[in-house]
Amino acid sequence: MNNPATQKAITKFLLHLHPPRVNKQAIKYTRTFGLGGIAALLFILLFISGMLLRFVYVPSVKGAYDSIQYLQQEVFFGQLLRNMHYWCGMLLVIVSFLHLIRVFYSNSIYHERRKNWLYGLLLMFLVIMSNFTGYLLPWDQLAYWAVTIMTNMLSYIPLIGDALASLVRGGSEVNEGTLLRFYHFHTGLLPLLMVFVMSIHFWLVRKAKGVTVADSTKTEMVKTHPELLYKEIVVALGLLLAILLSSMLVNAPLLDKANPLESPNPSKAPWYFMGFQELLLHLHPGIGIFIVPLLVIALFVYIPYIKGLEVNVGVWFNSPKGKAITVYSIIYALFITLLIIPGTEYFLKFQAWWPEAPILLTTGLLPLLLYMVPGAAFIAIVKIKLKANALELIMSVVSILLTSYLVMTLVGSLLRGEGMHLFA
Amino acid sequence: MSFIEKITRRRFIKRAILTIVSLELVYVFVKLLKKGGEQPQPTGLFDAGEVALFDKGKVYPFSSERFYLSRLKDGGFLALSTKCTHLGCAVQYKQKDDKFLCPCHASAFNRRGEVLAPPATRALDVLPITIANGRVWVNTNKPIKRSKHNRSQISYA
Ligand code: HEM
Ligand code: FES
Repeated sequence: MNNPATQKAITKFLLHLHPPRVNKQAIKYTRTFGLGGIAALLFILLFISGMLLRFVYVPSVKGAYDSIQYLQQEVFFGQLLRNMHYWCGMLLVIVSFLHLIRVFYSNSIYHERRKNWLYGLLLMFLVIMSNFTGYLLPWDQLAYWAVTIMTNMLSYIPLIGDALASLVRGGSEVNEGTLLRFYHFHTGLLPLLMVFVMSIHFWLVRKAKGVTVADSTKTEMVKTHPELLYKEIVVALGLLLAILLSSMLVNAPLLDKANPLESPNPSKAPWYFMGFQELLLHLHPGIGIFIVPLLVIALFVYIPYIKGLEVNVGVWFNSPKGKAITVYSIIYALFITLLIIPGTEYFLKFQAWWPEAPILLTTGLLPLLLYMVPGAAFIAIVKIKLKANALELIMSVVSILLTSYLVMTLVGSLLRGEGMHLFA
Repeated sequence: MSFIEKITRRRFIKRAILTIVSLELVYVFVKLLKKGGEQPQPTGLFDAGEVALFDKGKVYPFSSERFYLSRLKDGGFLALSTKCTHLGCAVQYKQKDDKFLCPCHASAFNRRGEVLAPPATRALDVLPITIANGRVWVNTNKPIKRSKHNRSQISYA
């Protein structure tokens, strides 16, 4: 690296991604936790391992499962390759999500960064879709039924639901055609789209003059190479090591070959959708699948466009009060979600009590109110007692939503067993 | 309305062309996805067996054809699809509780396909039955969605 020509090459190449100098605060690890960069590196690793997997994988009902088995048993380092692709894919979902949380709570989504928040949300969607389309490819019981469940969820969307579900599957159930189109989405269209959107995403970060900093009056600049570069190399090597180790220690799951005649008990969606599946146990599907997600997405899109917010751009939680409110909101959401889950499971059987009432009321509106009314009361208390401003209230709402989803994900994936009963 | 003032003629035409071209592409792609899934369907009439073969008040599995033939106490037949109306898992008949249970989210249905336990909201789909020459024929291609069970859906010999 000390060869001047090498130095120059590195610096020149680097300038495509980074400016020559960066704010000293911006490269403190706790500013970004390196999450965006980790996501980008994971994408590259996924691209490479995916390209290699394509040489063995056969996208057909006859060949898919066998080709995976062949890969694992006959191909030199085949299992390791599959594991690496698997773990990178799972990690990308987690890291993108953490990155989303980071930019939100550090107030880095306002003004000139609004657009990038939208591209970020689009990336989150693409990441989840990539993982989900990949989930079907091994064509084992896990894959087949998870995708059956997920595509049937679409059919609850009013008016267009059934048509949409058939369009996604290419038929009334998951079949060879579904496998083929998921394969092409997974290995063709989605990665291509992601490359485009990621390029825009990075460019917009630079256009906003880099990431946000906590104190914009301090403008001390340092050289990108080596100050930032070395940090990035350490994170990248650490990540590679972690991926290799986990791929050596833990195998990607492969159940029996898909059998459309028999659902395993329990059948679960991929873990990042388990929050949804849990929600569906408590809420009418029309509301749980359509109305709630639509409102949440609309809220997320709308947040940076709300007028009159007093934002301290780049300041974690906006203020010490904002931090306190966030913590209270998380505690509140933990409490209420953990209360409602067993509550509607064991005690509040609205439908059994009033079998004649419309189900939209007994399994839809009533459980929803059960969640919304205490929530509204909590927000009102925060507003009045703590004199929270609009931004702090938004942080409170988002914290409650995210915490609830996480709790539902954990309960659904870890505590539910046979017949989807709690602690079975 | 400042955003309306910003639209000039040149800009309008540009946007209109872009929109039309994108819509066109989306349309072509959707058509493509529709086409890919169409598969030739066999006639789908399945011969379940002689009427006399089925005892009253019993449920017979035809799992490879994905339906259960339920003969009610009064001798009527119902062919119930195994596809759970909640999210499409395969329900299983449990002899000892006399109900269909879904392994995915624990919906339960009785032998007429009516919902006993949520989250499912609709009764199990029925497949059209034809009874001819003392045999039961089930059309496995045409599951009929129904929100509630009613007597007209039962076939009698
Ligand atoms: C494939 C997934 C993604 C990749 C590769 C990626 C990459 C990056 C990178 C490298 C940065 C620079 C700063 C940092 O490391 O935090 C960044 C910033 C940013 N990202 Fe992402 N990102 C992804 C997904 C998302 C998602 C899901 C969101 C949220 C919806 C998002 C919103 C943002 C925003 C608003 C910034 C600007 C932050 C600031 O200026 O401080 N990104 N992204
Ligand atoms: S799919 Fe049967 S209960 Fe959900």
